[in-house]
Amino acid sequence: MKGHVFRYLTFIILTQTIVFGQSKNMAYIQGSRYIPLYGRDSTVVEVKDFEMDVFPVTNAQFIEFVKQYPKWQKSKTLKLFTDKSYLYNWKNDSELKDSEKLNSPVTYVSWFAAKDYCECQGKRLPTVDEWEYVAMADESSRDARLKPDYNKQILAWYETPKTNENLIGKNPKNIWGVYDLHGLVWEWTLDFNSVLITGESRKDVDKDSNLFCGSAAVNATDLMNYAAFMRYAIRGSLKAKYSMKNLGFRCVKDINK
Amino acid sequence: MKNQLNYLLLFIPLLLISCFNNQEKNYENTSEIPVSREMTAELTSPPNVPTPVGRRKAKKLIVEMEILEKEGEMTDGVRYVYWTFGGTVPGSFIRTRVGDEVEFHLQNHPDNKLPHNIDLHAVTGPGGGAESSFVAPGHEKVFSFKTLNPGLYVYHCATAPVGMHIANGMYGLILVEPEGGLPLVDKEYYIMQGDFYTKGANGERGLQPFDMQKAVDENADYVVFNGKVGSLTGDNAITAKVGETVRLFVGNGGPGLVSSFHVIGEIFDKVHIEGGNKINENVQTTLIPAGGAAIVEFKVDVPGTFILVDHSIFRAFNKGALGMLKVEGEEDKKIYSGEIRDDIYLPEGPGLQEMPTTNEIVESKIPAKNFDEQMKFGKQVYMQTCFACHQSEGQGVPNAFPPLAKSDYLNADVNRAIGVVLHGLTGEITVNGEKYNSVMTRQMLSSEEIANVLTYVYNSWGNSKKVVTTSMVENVKNKK
Repeated sequence: MKGHVFRYLTFIILTQTIVFGQSKNMAYIQGSRYIPLYGRDSTVVEVKDFEMDVFPVTNAQFIEFVKQYPKWQKSKTLKLFTDKSYLYNWKNDSELKDSEKLNSPVTYVSWFAAKDYCECQGKRLPTVDEWEYVAMADESSRDARLKPDYNKQILAWYETPKTNENLIGKNPKNIWGVYDLHGLVWEWTLDFNSVLITGESRKDVDKDSNLFCGSAAVNATDLMNYAAFMRYAIRGSLKAKYSMKNLGFRCVKDINK
Repeated sequence: MKNQLNYLLLFIPLLLISCFNNQEKNYENTSEIPVSREMTAELTSPPNVPTPVGRRKAKKLIVEMEILEKEGEMTDGVRYVYWTFGGTVPGSFIRTRVGDEVEFHLQNHPDNKLPHNIDLHAVTGPGGGAESSFVAPGHEKVFSFKTLNPGLYVYHCATAPVGMHIANGMYGLILVEPEGGLPLVDKEYYIMQGDFYTKGANGERGLQPFDMQKAVDENADYVVFNGKVGSLTGDNAITAKVGETVRLFVGNGGPGLVSSFHVIGEIFDKVHIEGGNKINENVQTTLIPAGGAAIVEFKVDVPGTFILVDHSIFRAFNKGALGMLKVEGEEDKKIYSGEIRDDIYLPEGPGLQEMPTTNEIVESKIPAKNFDEQMKFGKQVYMQTCFACHQSEGQGVPNAFPPLAKSDYLNADVNRAIGVVLHGLTGEITVNGEKYNSVMTRQMLSSEEIANVLTYVYNSWGNSKKVVTTSMVENVKNKK
């Protein structure tokens, strides 16, 4: 019953936002067709129009969330949905440790928690294709993957320690108006484990010849592959109940026309 | 008759003993060696090696290896983010014996950004363990394997992009000793070569990110032993005494280059070629493939400093692949006399060696702001350019390279000193009462670097504390 009311409410909110334009703190993403990751002759995927949170979910927002939904408090969650490090940087069920900042991205959250958070806001987690689609933009273009600087910056971030302690919104926003897809934390995606990477990457070469084979000619595409491949590697190493210091999330919303 | 029976009785226990021995020692198939008890493996950071284990029985061996991504120093003033097994490059040395059942715990520290895994070349199984050990930050994976083949093996991370993980330092050695162990020696050390690719050129200061393009081109900025320039020189040199036998476990992590491993002034008595069973004797230089290893042994007969190099020699003197073995003890003039005479030899043709000239030496993008910085940068130049001949404390080398410490020749004339660095010097000079007749080539340094290095020299080791400025160097340069 309660659920019904909730869904009804979100429906109203949804329709209203369409009437009145964009949702608060979300950016409108115009869908398109693109070739994800491996370049060359991978299949084209289609992304429909959607809205994406401008920032990753922060510690402050997650504190509000667990107040409202106590089942996601540190001491009350089910072992099935979280592991031991869930909200490891929290003092108790409602407060961060003193060293942590409210405006940093929330990390140490499991996929289940992230998914539920988004659903409770009337949103959902982005798919890998959606996430990668928005993340391939830089400040001035929708697809910056062929720019060497774009790839170098991302690779440099992958090497910089402790970026999860930074505040949101400090990196430049991309052309969609979305911040921090790179440079802060990894982010959960709805179907994070749908790309089958075994962890034995050299074997993956056999499985999908698009991943590395044929890359005899060295150009920006290869740099791009390296950067993207590291994201696929981290996704491949995860299980839904894991939580990690460098892993947060953000939500998206469908646009019902 | 009775006598015969006695004989037989005597023999029976002998037969029994030999039977037992046979049962214990010779397994046709090493996979059948039984294990007794459980023990935790001793892991050591380079250049140290754990104590021999070949004489103990095969055991269930617990290995706990922690992966750490952390910032370290590549050379003076150059920082780099290393990815490590056990906090060091190369990673901790693992020592096992044939037949051990290794229970491997791979722990990825929660602070780390990336997932990792481990491929041990000593493992018989898919991916060398990589498949079973893919571990996210903040997690631990456990897998086990039996060591079937004795030898010295490389282990490394095999997570995509593999090259990058290796280039950042994720490799090490695992030794599988044969039944009964390797013969005991006096000293054992662990050395591993690796090539590094940084955004800035060799020596460019600051935190240097990994450069994927250079790595793909195999154009290394640093080729080093044990993860950094100078990890085996000066105070970090490995040591031995005259008469001792030294065994080096030498690996090559790559990712790109093979190593022509050589110790200047020594001949390897024995080399386990490529870390396997086959032993070659009397070897000068042994080739160590990327992702391969070798065990070299030699007895040190005379005292002195022996230089370990990759004999692709520019790597040694320009990119860092240089280490030192210091041997103490009595000299043996029969084996090595030292210098006996210094005679004049005048061949035809020019006597002065010259480096190729260029007027395009770029000035540093970050000039020194004050005296302290001049000293700091000057020291870096000194360690890269002058140290090899004039030595770490400016003491020089008797009869060969004049001292810079408390040097009357140096302190007498600053412009002459600038000129020497700019243009080189050849012929006889007298320094502190000693005659030297040698050649110093012109140095490929910018005016600012010369100002810094001379300021450093003048303000060290009891010299006259002059400060040399870039304009002083320019003046001398333009006078010519």
